[in-house]
Amino acid sequence: MTPQSTFMITATVRVGQLKNLRALLASMNKVPGHADPGNSLIPFSRFDRLHFARFVIIEANTTHEIKEFGVRPRPWRPTLAFLGDIDGDTHAFLAELADHADSGLRKIFSHCEDFSEENQNLLGWMNEHNINPKANYVNWIGRTVKQIHEEAALHQSLSAYLQKIVDDVGRENIRTLRQKLLSYVEMEKYQGRLTLSPPEPTLTEWKVRNLLHKVGVPLTLLLLSPLLLVIAPFFALRLRMLERSDPELFIRPDYKHIEELSAQEDWDVSNQYSVFGDVKPGLFRLLTFKFILMLTDWFARHVYNRGFLARIKTIHFARWVFMDNNHRVFFASNYDGSHESYMDDFINKVGWGLNLVFSNAVGYPTTKWIIKEGAQREHAFKYTQRRHQIPTEVWYKAYPGLTAVDLARNSRIRQGVEIRQSNDAEIREWLSLI
Amino acid sequence: MRKSSDFEFDDLQGLLHFGYGKLTDTCFMLLNIANVDAAKRWLDKAPVSRAIKTNPPPDTALQIAFSVQGLKKLGVSESIINGFSDEFIYGMTRNENCSRRLGDIGRNAPKYWKWGNNSAEMPHILLLLYAKKGGLEAWRRTVEDEHFSQAFQLLRHLPTSDMGRIEPFGFEDGISQPTIDWTCRQSTDLHERDRYSNLLAVGEMVLGYRNEYGQYTARPLIDPRKDRYATGLPNAEDDPTLKDFSRNGTYLVLRQLDQNVPGFWQFLDKVSGSVPEKREQLAASMVGRERNGTPLIAEHIPGISRKDHGNHFTYDLDPTGNHCPISAHIRRSNPRTGDLPPGVTGFISRLIKILGFGQKPEEDLVASSRFHRLLRRGRSYGPILAPEDAVKLDAPVAEHGLQFICLVANISRQFEFVQNAWTMSSKFSGLQQERDPLLGNREPLMSGESTDHFNHPEPSGPMQKTCNLPQFITVHGGGYFFMPGLRALKYISALPANGSDHSS
Repeated sequence: MTPQSTFMITATVRVGQLKNLRALLASMNKVPGHADPGNSLIPFSRFDRLHFARFVIIEANTTHEIKEFGVRPRPWRPTLAFLGDIDGDTHAFLAELADHADSGLRKIFSHCEDFSEENQNLLGWMNEHNINPKANYVNWIGRTVKQIHEEAALHQSLSAYLQKIVDDVGRENIRTLRQKLLSYVEMEKYQGRLTLSPPEPTLTEWKVRNLLHKVGVPLTLLLLSPLLLVIAPFFALRLRMLERSDPELFIRPDYKHIEELSAQEDWDVSNQYSVFGDVKPGLFRLLTFKFILMLTDWFARHVYNRGFLARIKTIHFARWVFMDNNHRVFFASNYDGSHESYMDDFINKVGWGLNLVFSNAVGYPTTKWIIKEGAQREHAFKYTQRRHQIPTEVWYKAYPGLTAVDLARNSRIRQGVEIRQSNDAEIREWLSLI
Repeated sequence: MRKSSDFEFDDLQGLLHFGYGKLTDTCFMLLNIANVDAAKRWLDKAPVSRAIKTNPPPDTALQIAFSVQGLKKLGVSESIINGFSDEFIYGMTRNENCSRRLGDIGRNAPKYWKWGNNSAEMPHILLLLYAKKGGLEAWRRTVEDEHFSQAFQLLRHLPTSDMGRIEPFGFEDGISQPTIDWTCRQSTDLHERDRYSNLLAVGEMVLGYRNEYGQYTARPLIDPRKDRYATGLPNAEDDPTLKDFSRNGTYLVLRQLDQNVPGFWQFLDKVSGSVPEKREQLAASMVGRERNGTPLIAEHIPGISRKDHGNHFTYDLDPTGNHCPISAHIRRSNPRTGDLPPGVTGFISRLIKILGFGQKPEEDLVASSRFHRLLRRGRSYGPILAPEDAVKLDAPVAEHGLQFICLVANISRQFEFVQNAWTMSSKFSGLQQERDPLLGNREPLMSGESTDHFNHPEPSGPMQKTCNLPQFITVHGGGYFFMPGLRALKYISALPANGSDHSS
């Protein structure tokens, strides 16, 4: 199994270079915000381990909101972030990037401070400027880009063939149908038109680290539980105090801002989302935020790694990153459907989870006991998440047209090819997927 | 809890409460305001029908709604306008993204529309006249008095015709409607509404009341100290120091949908080998109902007799769509889902569901329906063409269609969501390559994937696939209007000639 990892290279944009950088990034696009997969700067489709990638210019458009807490906004300069989700190791991927997109990357990063287009060690610089997320979510750990493409081709091919033979063989003749489909796959594989590569062996080092994390976090919490129990009433008291006193910001986002964001949306069945804001002031909020994200990360790695994040089955990848010395937080996700349905899904299905994570950020609607209300204050929530959203200059998805549910179905179809169903009901179910 | 009689029905336009089904003759007009003063004089006296029940029921009705351009023209202040939602202010064709989401691409693209394709030039007023059979001419003469002809310019007369309860394809229509909870007897709490209920909070349809989130939908509120004309408006329920311009009003969504009736039946006839029973079956599975309105559902819904099934059922017993395909028009437009997937029996099972466990991959993909309901008030147009005649290649050529009207308090969460995530999405509930079999455009995805299939899941295994569906319905126009309460209508008609200065 090949586990997934992330990269996020960030650097401050040079004074006066913002406009040029925007124009350069826009030149990579086919339609607004969507990369041409073969663009000359970074030909994304050449990288067969890359799931998603994006360039964002992180600007603190909402930084003044913290004034409501009686805190002076911290200075922030526009920062370029290049982030992606990949199969396998980050450093190996960055090396591959530096090899195949050297001049394009140099051209882009030359708009950033402390990077000069010539005589700079690109790979070293990228490694230095790479930041790790505090929490990361992968829809299906171990499912590679290669696998996704192979399984999509399998589904397509089976679907066309089944359509062709179903009337001759007869719908009820399920065992014959299956036999014919399986022989067809064998034939197609033999002809080189289909490939179903077996999974790569899992690296022992990853297995060990994963196990340590899986056991380590609960164990530490268990060991600390007496202490946590003592803290709990004080935590609850302080939390309710803050929840009552934190100002609620009910600010409608500017329509121009919404236009700019939506111009990039709904070209494909999936969309991107980048949001940036301030952590609420005070150590209490920061520690709570970090604690919740640590738990989120643990659950994402060890529990929600098979196609669903609680009731949500539409997120491909998501990550939370602390920036500016823990004063700000950046969230990025790749999701299926349009923005409005993404948000409605969230409010109705996992409002509690959203409240847990984001109630520690400035502008989030008032929560009660950290999981109640919050997102259910519909307008306040929808306003704040749009207000804090920032446009993504360039976005790449390696499998346009496919939703996370599609990917899961394709994997089940493949499974049915490789593992024989034991009874008729299972055969029928498999056939109904195709 | 309050009694139904306590509700301010006398401040609501009647369409929120009645469908005026007995008033079979209708005249829908798009107007521009030619003379503002004359328009206000007419508005002041206009016999707008209220939502109160009368005995005997009325012989006529008049309803009125304004586009944002109309409100501006009449002098409604910028601050009130800005209190409306972006969707209303900027319109149905506000940008390309909106058109992509609503499926208004390809042949549906606004550039081909007969009206409404330019938000800035939206007709100012939508006037809906209803009368009993044969009474329309007289009613028009009453409504269109001397002020009227001076005040307005008729831009377009939207065709309508009396087709009974049958829509042009030949199916009984208008069966699924929410019941509005005028007396607030149902809780809106997220933790008390696991299962689907047809009863809906007033605030989902009428502005100024609590919606299904227990919240007040964003709306224009007025500080009466700054606007002396506002004293006659109702108070804002959540802040009595403010006046609520929108209270008892609603957004009215209008879409003119052209239905290719011969095209629909001839295609079905072709793919079912001209076998009438097969053709009917396929048509019914696309709609989700038989022609007489009987829904295609598993027979046994506990506690409800089969003849009451019309609007009293869910798809809980048919998760895979063997009875009613997932893609069927009525299943897409109202999936009848609750807040939680079926199977919650106690605390533990509830927790398991909330945390997302114990679900099959294709289960629980659809949002809770109660946040996405529409109160439909459309009327069909065109001559009646029976399916048996429509299949003939020499079927008479005529325009058929639907003046689709729905009333909602939140255009984006209700109408646009249903249109985008449910009817137009080729990935609705995990489906493959299919949009709404009736309503959908057939434009391929950006990846090239086709969307012109209709799949009927079969218990035997392989899906019954119908491919290369032509587009049966084409959008010919559309717009968002605001249908104010009666007091707000009075406020508008009393505005001073120079609308920019309301302060005393």
